[in-house]
Amino acid sequence: MSNVSVDAKESALSDDKPQDNPRRRFLTVATCVVGGVGAAGAAVPFVASWNPSAKAKAAGADVEVDISAIEPGQLIRVMWRSKPVWIVRRTPEILAELGNHEDQLRDPNSENEQQPAFAKNQYRSLKEEYLILVGICTHLGCSPQHMKDGAFEEYVEGVPDGFFCPCHGSKFDMAGRVFENVPAPLNLVVPPYQFVDENTVIIGSEAEVA
Amino acid sequence: MQAFLAWIEERIPMMRVANMHAIQYPAPKNMNFWYVFGFLATVVLVNQIVTGIWLTMNFNPTAEGAFASVEYIMREIDYGWIIRYMHSTGASAFFIVVYLHMFRGMIYGSYQKPRELLWIFGMLIYLALMAEAFMGYVLPWGQMSYWGAQVIVSLFSAIPVIGPDLVQWIQGDYVISGATLNRFFALHVIALPLVIVILVFLHIIALHEVGSNNPDGVAIKHKKGSLSEDEKTKFEIHEYYTSKYDIADDVLPFFPHIVLKDLVAFCIFLAGFTYIMFFAPEMGGKFLEHPNFEIANPLKTPEHIFPVWYFTPFYAILKAVPDKLFGVIAMFGAIIFLFLLPWFDRGTVKSWRYRSGLHKTNLIVFAIVFVFLGYLGGTPQENWKITASQILTVMYFGFFILLFIYSKNETTKPVPARIPK
Amino acid sequence: MRKLICILALLLPGFAFAAGGNVHLDKANYDLSDKASLQRGAKIFMNYCLGCHGQQYQRYQRTFNDLGIPEDLAQENLQFTGEKISDYITRSMPAESAAVWFGAAPPDLTLVARVRGADWIYTYLRSFYVDESRPFGVNNTVFPEVGMPHVLQPLQGTPRMTEEEALVDGEKVMRHVGIKTDGDGSMTTAEYDQAVLDLVNYLEYTGEPFRLESESIGKWVLVFILVLFVFVYLLKKEYWRDVH
Repeated sequence: MSNVSVDAKESALSDDKPQDNPRRRFLTVATCVVGGVGAAGAAVPFVASWNPSAKAKAAGADVEVDISAIEPGQLIRVMWRSKPVWIVRRTPEILAELGNHEDQLRDPNSENEQQPAFAKNQYRSLKEEYLILVGICTHLGCSPQHMKDGAFEEYVEGVPDGFFCPCHGSKFDMAGRVFENVPAPLNLVVPPYQFVDENTVIIGSEAEVA
Repeated sequence: MQAFLAWIEERIPMMRVANMHAIQYPAPKNMNFWYVFGFLATVVLVNQIVTGIWLTMNFNPTAEGAFASVEYIMREIDYGWIIRYMHSTGASAFFIVVYLHMFRGMIYGSYQKPRELLWIFGMLIYLALMAEAFMGYVLPWGQMSYWGAQVIVSLFSAIPVIGPDLVQWIQGDYVISGATLNRFFALHVIALPLVIVILVFLHIIALHEVGSNNPDGVAIKHKKGSLSEDEKTKFEIHEYYTSKYDIADDVLPFFPHIVLKDLVAFCIFLAGFTYIMFFAPEMGGKFLEHPNFEIANPLKTPEHIFPVWYFTPFYAILKAVPDKLFGVIAMFGAIIFLFLLPWFDRGTVKSWRYRSGLHKTNLIVFAIVFVFLGYLGGTPQENWKITASQILTVMYFGFFILLFIYSKNETTKPVPARIPK
Repeated sequence: MRKLICILALLLPGFAFAAGGNVHLDKANYDLSDKASLQRGAKIFMNYCLGCHGQQYQRYQRTFNDLGIPEDLAQENLQFTGEKISDYITRSMPAESAAVWFGAAPPDLTLVARVRGADWIYTYLRSFYVDESRPFGVNNTVFPEVGMPHVLQPLQGTPRMTEEEALVDGEKVMRHVGIKTDGDGSMTTAEYDQAVLDLVNYLEYTGEPFRLESESIGKWVLVFILVLFVFVYLLKKEYWRDVH
């Protein structure tokens, strides 16, 4: 009698472990896989809901700017994605001066990826005349001041125009390139932009290459 | 891996607790489909919390912005509409599951000794759930949110002496307003969920202490030493139970057997839930009431004001009594009577399978009365409906009175000592 | 047990009586997948309704994309006061003026289809009739004493109520029988009905722009659950073979 019950006990449990029972193992694994797929699918709406919403995308949309009224040497400021963007109409003197102080710059050739491909040149812009930069210092985020008509000389000898950040003293030239021996490590960011026509620039996206 | 687990176990008894409550917990073999609703209620609770957290990320709890923020979630947040519908369908699903769960307790006598406290915890969860659902419904700030809140909060003015001041205190203003919405938001998002989670935890602890009931109302835990080796369970049950009792061969370990059974039920539940969610989230205006798609307007009262379907039985009882104060007393009394069910039932036989035909009829009639009261509470008033709700209200309370009377000397069938094969 | 379920199931049809209301509503057979209809409806809305009623929860851009209208075409034909494509569809009339002119500000219509239902709107827009006693000269059988003028009258034509004598509770009264137009509208009755249906279709869309997507996803979810159910069921059966 007791032998039967011991055998019954063993046989009741012998099929227990998935390792000993191929059907059980297959079903367990299969169910876990299907369940896992389900869990991943269920997670999609929760993860996706963190993407920028239509409202955020609308607020962060491209900004169209009329540049026809900017005088030579003048800087105007627009907001794009809650950031200040400068548009400066550089004079020929400013452009000529850009090549003179490259030995004082940390990254004169824009090796670091602070600009779109079209701005990886000496002028860091699409058109020489117009400099477009995100007006946020690459050190800790203050907005530098535009020093023009020689006001920049007191900060860097021989360089009449530039940007000086009052928070910690970082200096940038009229192509947004950062000087050496200042806290800021990188050149000022050039945003993506394109010219619709002579008088209008759209900040936020580059022109599609045909 | 083993060494890591042992390190943890030495410092916090993770495996011991898991074994005691989730793996080697003894569950009766004969638990039928009525026993899945506790598990499903926990699933829905988790759903409400997770989707609720996600909704809070974009919801604006001000009178000016609430309604627009809900539409913002539905239209402009990627898949925001899925999260919103999961939450709204979940709210109704919660009550469907909970009502079935409570009915199971009633038909199998799961509220009888020693499970009276278990029943009380359950009723407290039900009460907290009703408050939670009521406040949640106010948040979208639609017409029904506003006017439903108006009606329910103004009930408290019926309380003698302190009534009107109490209403102003609850509202935080002279009328239902943004102040009310703000505080309901705080209570709905954190205060009551914490209370509910703690109560659910206590509910499960209380359950595991006395053990699960079963459809035959037969004990599965026997006095230590009273069973032969043959009669004891072959499965591995935690020594927390086996040290105190002899566990009969009528049980299964919670894992994997009951977990798998619950998962089957979960799939069926999920099919119904997702069907509603994706194809009929409004459920004809029962889950999401049509007037609530119009922003709250304090100057325009809707033609008909009803609460959401799960409150309608109690709303019918409220409206059945012509006097305002006594209507409120009757409504709360209906819930208090439910609390006291373990003491209304003076019988000792648990399951209706072994109780008199009178008891079975009493229970079925109670269920029909409850559903019918719900219909009357959720549809526009008509003369015959007033009379009907009055009769049904009497029948509702009558269930408890009758039970009290016949349960003392009820004709019952003999209850088997072990779960029948 | 089975008895209980049967009894409860028999009670369910009772909920059908919950609707209430005493005006017969015509059925609006709108089709959310009919983009042409939705586009026509959007055109009617922008041309006739947007002056007074906004749809402040819906953005233009999303509407154009969902309806399959190219953005430049849409801005030309459907946006008249220089809004950006990413703007919400707000009405041109300021709210305070609206309240003064009409007694109450014309309600926002983004969600009107979810509040009133398609059949109601469909019937309402086809139930105006001339009534000299009203401020705007029209009344409506579906919404008596409505404060809205019959904006679509140029399309429908002048609608007149035909009446007949009838005995109600022993009293002779004039009972409304139906509405016939003078035939001076730019559309025939059939064309007008279709135009209103298009508008209703559009309003159903703005009420729940993701409805079609929801049903499409829902189908796949249910298929998946079926697959999962099969595996879970077999697994459960496998482990329960131990149980006698």
